[in-house]
Formats: sequence, structure tokens, C-alpha cells
Amino acid sequence: MTFNRIIRMDYYEVNVLYLKLIKTFSISLLSLIFLLAACAPKQAVTPGVSAPASSQITPGVSITVYSGRSKSLIGPLLDQVGKDIGIEVRVRYGDTAQLAAAILEEGKRTPADVFFAQDAGALGAISKAGMLAPLPDGILNRVGTEFRSLKGDWVGVSGRARVVVYNTQLLKESDLPESIRGFTDPKWKGKIGWPPTNGSFQAFVTAMRKIEGEQKTIQWLEGIKANNPKVYKDNTAVVLAVAAGEVQVGFVNHYYLFNQIKQKGESFTARNYYPKKGDIGAIMNVAGAGILSVTKNREASERFIEYLLSDSAQRYFVNETFEYALTTGIPTHPGVAPLSQIDVPKIDLGSLEDLEGTLKLLRDLGIL
Amino acid sequence: MAISSPQKRTDMKTGRRTPISLGPPAFLWVPALFVAVAMLLAPVYLVIRTASAGQDALSLFLRERTALVLVRTVALAISVTAATSAIAIPLAWLTVRTDLPLRKLWSVLTILPLVVPSYVGGFVLVAAFGPRGMLQHLLSGPFGIERLPEIYGFPGALLALTLFSYPYMLLNVRAALAGMDPALEEAARSLGRGPRSTFFHVTLQHLRPAAASGALLVALYTLSDFGAVSLLQFDSFTRQIYVQYQGSFDRTLAAVFSLVLVALTISVLFAEGRVRGKLRYYRSGVGTGRPPMVVSLGRWKWPALFFCGSIVLFSLFIPIAILSYWLVQGLLASIPLQAVWAAALHSALASGLAAIVTVTMALPVAILAVRYSGRLSSLLERISYIGFALPGIVIALSLVFFGIRFATPFYQTLGMLVFAYMVLFLPQAVGSVRSSVMQISPRLEEAARSLGHSPPSVLARITLPLIRNGLLGGAALVFLTVMKELPATLVLSPIGFDTLATEVWNATTEGLFAQAAMPALLLIAVSSGAIVLLLLQEKRAGRVER
Repeated sequence: MTFNRIIRMDYYEVNVLYLKLIKTFSISLLSLIFLLAACAPKQAVTPGVSAPASSQITPGVSITVYSGRSKSLIGPLLDQVGKDIGIEVRVRYGDTAQLAAAILEEGKRTPADVFFAQDAGALGAISKAGMLAPLPDGILNRVGTEFRSLKGDWVGVSGRARVVVYNTQLLKESDLPESIRGFTDPKWKGKIGWPPTNGSFQAFVTAMRKIEGEQKTIQWLEGIKANNPKVYKDNTAVVLAVAAGEVQVGFVNHYYLFNQIKQKGESFTARNYYPKKGDIGAIMNVAGAGILSVTKNREASERFIEYLLSDSAQRYFVNETFEYALTTGIPTHPGVAPLSQIDVPKIDLGSLEDLEGTLKLLRDLGIL
Repeated sequence: MAISSPQKRTDMKTGRRTPISLGPPAFLWVPALFVAVAMLLAPVYLVIRTASAGQDALSLFLRERTALVLVRTVALAISVTAATSAIAIPLAWLTVRTDLPLRKLWSVLTILPLVVPSYVGGFVLVAAFGPRGMLQHLLSGPFGIERLPEIYGFPGALLALTLFSYPYMLLNVRAALAGMDPALEEAARSLGRGPRSTFFHVTLQHLRPAAASGALLVALYTLSDFGAVSLLQFDSFTRQIYVQYQGSFDRTLAAVFSLVLVALTISVLFAEGRVRGKLRYYRSGVGTGRPPMVVSLGRWKWPALFFCGSIVLFSLFIPIAILSYWLVQGLLASIPLQAVWAAALHSALASGLAAIVTVTMALPVAILAVRYSGRLSSLLERISYIGFALPGIVIALSLVFFGIRFATPFYQTLGMLVFAYMVLFLPQAVGSVRSSVMQISPRLEEAARSLGHSPPSVLARITLPLIRNGLLGGAALVFLTVMKELPATLVLSPIGFDTLATEVWNATTEGLFAQAAMPALLLIAVSSGAIVLLLLQEKRAGRVER
């Protein structure tokens, strides 16, 4: 089409041409987008990874991690792993339960090599579907037997203690009962907050069933329920509500408090209390990882998990996320009560896979 | 100039008598068919999952609590819809038709709350109005007030959802008001109706389709919201669905619950269909539309300003103030805060693409529904709403299920993510486009056809320019909603594709509010830019039309 032809077009012709152009343009744009999108993820590297670091990466080896732990807490660690072990680590951050559901839905075709979960329950669900590969003893033996799967297909990498968080303006530590059983006393009516939909809470109830039996668990749950506990969305919401004085005590994991103290300073009006004498209220939960059995990068995935259990990663968990190291020889963060001071009841987390029973119980009691 | 004479199917029949239009052309029904298939993916997935449900799951579903939760959820949806109408219709009228001071500014400010994600809005409301929130602190000193009205439960959920979803209705009603022919009202006045009676009998009647489609969006948003209800401790149906995933990773029971939500949606859609009725809303006479009369508020100016001001205060300024407070607090505690430009870019890219694709796919659905109204086209329009009513995680998992099996190369690519956004938010565009198509007379299109233009040419030269406001409104709605979308983004985005929404979530989920504040404020800023752009376009379009 010559230039002359174009300038002589009338209004209608121009419009038709315009339409054609738009059509061609949008079709090519869309196909380009799809094409780019199809190829893009391989190059899409988290911003911040510098060029020299990626040049050390073994060519062609990359693993995909589905991380139920958030980028704000462990992003720096996972950025570091790739550099240190020379593997490209691609991370999908998300909610632990939703990622677990996605992995189950993806089945054999899952692009994930490693699942890094916030709690043992989610790993248990994937393991139960037969989707996790057995881990080598070298990895499993890094942590105590109580912090890993009985089948040997997932391993805990960091510990979080169950605690009672209490408001320091309304209560003194001496006001708190030795055992969480004490909170069934009517004097705590309207003063308790809990997150019953939370995975770690449910793991704790499962542990209670395992150690103290069904009957005592029901008694405890009913006793707390009779005190009209407030139902919060998650651990963070409970800690904030306790600090604000909406409720006076809450049942949570220990480390959420420290994120708040870090932000708001020592004047934050809540502290942790560890129930005494091996009370079930002080059980240790873990965040853990497992390798998907369909992975084509088993060796790289194993190196990734080994790294999480290395001293430097364990120190990261202790110092940056205020958790407990699960391997030996790493001192606890100075602000967090050391393991020697708390009386953790002994229970194999791998045996806490009967989540179904706990959920049924919570539903039957009208808590869920 | 009748506006409420029933439009019978004969309209279409008269169209058929002329030899040039023989049913919908391929460029309309082919994409429409694509939309239908896309929308049915989620229900099909749910049926597949439900089919494997055992007795246990069913008995869990059939307990008393389920019915209770269902009733409560419906009550919440109805209340939120009523409350948003009470806010949005007056706001639309004030910002479009009156001499309200700083009208343009209010137009922008009153739409902005749409960009506050409900998971942020929920946190903010608790921080501000919770039992020990900032308001209580302010009041406890001078007034010794120890207890505020309970925010947790129904009242809080109602407040949060109303404050952050009323713009859905506002945008729809605004577009309809702006596009309405003032001659209608003038005729009513000349026939002896007073201003008030004109407003109620002519203006409000005319806004019905727009208000109904806005109400539909609000109701469905309420049904599918998780962030606000869970933070404000209201046990809704969607929260139950999340609880199923949360605890047991039980996709079967979640599927059963979701199917009930689909059924609920269908009944809401039929209710809306009845409100909308079979009226027609375009001018049938000759003549040109003019800009509408501006109503002088007089001394009502002050209450009007107070009304606009308090809505904006609660739904926009308090959230921004609290986010800024968190940001400053974080800076003071010298927490390293990174600017999240990459995430902002990703958000804008994904939202922009989603807006273009969604409006493009909404156009055939809306035109078919209005111009070729029949059982099939209205069914098509209805099923386009399914995605919006289901919780994001359900849509995301259904696309995981189909995507990884049948579109493996596209799995977890930007293309797939944009597709997911289209499935989730199509009705926002359909509603907006449909309302504007209803306002143009088919006679215009027929005239162009009789002058020898092909249907695509008519679409491009007559229909599209006339419904420009509707297209822009729909695109803006989709853009803004995609900006804050979370569950589908987390599961389906390409790896490393952080958006502002995922950055906010990453921080709030650990209670790191200082870190959340920056991306949240950026999210509001980028979205505000989009809204300003939209309103400028709206004004220009208005001038061209007239």
C-alpha cells in the first residue's frame, strides 16, 4: 500500500484500516505475551540476586521450592541458599495450606521439587498422599527423632514452642497457672483468645489427644469453650489482641511476639509464658521440608534441605525469625527463653498425623 | 420518550425481518463460547471433587452448623447490599449532578476505597475501632469510655465490607447517571412532576439496571470475601471453605461447600434478573443528548459535604493514616524498608493486561445479552458471574487442576494468571458494559447496517464509541480488583512475579505491619493513578458524545 493510497483514503476506509491494524496488533501482542509468558519464568529471577552470584550457579540445575513460610521472614535466607550451594533456587511463596492443596491438585505433574511448610500437618497431608520421597539418613539424623516424619520423608528445620502470651499490664506472670488446664477456671471467662483454624493450634490439640487421651482433651476444650474464648484468624491476630488488652491471654506459637517487639520496641505490652512441668501447653512444633517424589532434581533438592539444617541456616532461624534451632550446638536467641529453661513435653511430631481426628473433635464440639 | 414500556422479544423479531441480521455474528458468539467454557471450568472441577466425596464428608456438610452459617452469610450479603445502596446512590448523584464543592475531587476520593484490599481494611478497622483500638484510646482519656460497641462479628463484617465494596455500585450508578439523557427528566418536569417525584419516578427508575448490577457485584463480593470476615471474626460460608483447606487440606468438603455457593450465586442472579426486568433504557426519539442540568444544592451543601466527607474519612483516610503511622513507626524503629518498584511494575502489568483481556471478553457477552436477548444469551451472561462469587482459592485450584493437565506449557505463566483474573472478574466488566449498551438505541446500529456497514464495522463505528464510558468503567474496575487479588496470584503467577498484593500479604501474615505499609500505600497510589486516568477519560468521552 503506497503512501499516496493511504493519504487519499476517506474517513470510512481509514477506519476499516484502523480496525485491521488494531486487530493485527492485538493478536500479535497477545501471542507475544503468551509466548513470553511461556518462556519467562525460567529467566524471572527474584530481584536482588546479583549477576556475579548467578554466574557461579551450576548451569542447568535449578529447583523449585513451594514455601509456605513467608518471604518477609525467610526470603533473605532462600536468596542466600542458591549462592552458597550453586543451584538456582526458584521460590513460590504462599499460604502453607493453600500450597499443600495446590500440590495435591497438581499431583504427579507438580513443578515443585521441595515443599517447605509452616507446620508438620501440611507435610503430613502430602506424605499421606504418597507424594514425598524418602530422605537420606544424613539429613534425617541432623535433628532429633521427635522432629521428623516416622516414614522418614520430611524433616523439621526449625522449632516453635507453644506458649501462652499474656498482657503485661493486666497480668503478672505469677497470675498464670502452671498448666494450661488452669485456664478452664471460670475466672478466665472472656479473657482468652485462640486461633482454632490455625495449623499449629490443631497440631497442639492432636498432641494433647496423643499424650493425655481423648477424654482429657475434650474436657479441656469444653472448659475453654465455656469461658467464651475469642476466635482470631491466626497467631499474629491473637498476639496483637493480647497486647491491646482485648483479651488477657492467648494460645500461640512463641515467635510471633518477637516480630512485634522488634517493630514496636520493648514497651510492647505482651510477653510469652511457658507452662511448667512438662505441661502439654509447652509442646514444640516445627516448620519442615520434604522432597516431592516426582522431582528430577533430587540431589539438588537434598542439598537445599541440607543447607537448611546447616549451622548458618540454623543461626538464621534463631537470630532472624526468633525460632529454636533443631540441630545441636546453636544457642537460642538471647531474647527467647533457652530450651534448658522450658520444660518441653516429649512427643514425636511424626506421630501427629491424625489431624482428621482432631478436626472431627473440634467440629463436634462446635469450635470449628 | 418512554422509558418504561416493556421491551418484548418482538424487538428482536423486527430486527430479524430485515435480511441483514440473522442471529448473532460469529465474532460475537465465538468469544462468548470461549467465555462460557472458561466459566464452567470451576463448577466442573467442583463436581469432579464432590463426586469423590464419601459419606463422612456429606455428613459433615449436612450438620446444623452449615445451615446456620449459610443463613448468616445470606443475611450479611443482603445487609451489605442495602448499606452500599444507601451510600452509593446518593454519592453518585451528588458527584455527577450537583454543584457540590470540589465535585471532581470527591468523584475520585469516593471511588478510591475500592483499592483498599479487604485483608488490609480488616486490620485497619480492628486497629482503629477494635475493643482496644485507637478510637478507644482517644476516648478513654477525656471521656473515660472503656467499651466501644462490639466490632467483632456481624457489625464489623458489615462495616468493613460496606466501606470497601460500595464503590462497585458507585461506579456503575455514576456511569448510568452520566450517560442518562436529561430530556427524560425534563419531560417529566414539563408534564407536571416536581423535582422530588422526578428523581424517584424517572431518575431512580432509570438507574435500576446499573444499581442492580452494582448490587450484584457487592452481594457476590460479600459471598466470596475471606480477608475481612476472618479478621473481624464473622463465620461466613467462604470462611468455612478456607477452614476446610486450612485444617484437613480436604478438597472434597471444600468442593461441596463451594457448590452450595454456586447455587446461592445462581439464585442471587435470578433475583437480580427480576429487579432488572425487561425494560428499555435508551432514548427512542430523535434529537441529541445534552449534558444534564446541574442541581444547585443551596444550603444542603453542608450536609452533602459532611456525608461525602465522613464516607471518605472512614473508608480512605483512616486506612491511609494508619498505614502511614505503621510506616513511620517502622522507620523510627529503623526497620529496613525496601521500595518495591518491581512489584509495583508487576502489579500494573498484570492488572493492565487483565483489564484489556477481560473487557474484550465481556463485550460479546454484554452485547449478546442486550441485543440478542434470549434464553441462551441470558444463561451465558449469568454463568459469567460464577467466577466472581467463588473464593479465589477455589478458582485457583480449579485452574491448577485443568491447567496442569491440559495447558501444561501455560501453567503458572503470566498468560494463565491473566486468564484466571478474567474468570474471577469478568462480571465486573460485563455489568458495566451491559449497562451502557442498554442505554444506546438499537435504531442507531440498525441505521448503520441499512447503510451497508457490516456488523463488525457497526460495532467499531457506532457501538464502541457510544459505550466508551462503560468500557472504561469496566476496565478500571477489573484493574483495581486485580491489583489487590491474592489467592490466585500466589498459586498461579510465574515464580518470582511478586505483586504489591503479595508483598502486603507476605508482611501482614507475619504481623510485620511496617513492612506491609510501604507496598500497601504504593498499591493505593498506583490504583489512584488509574482512577484519575479513568475519570479524565470519562469527561472527554462525554464531550465527544455530546
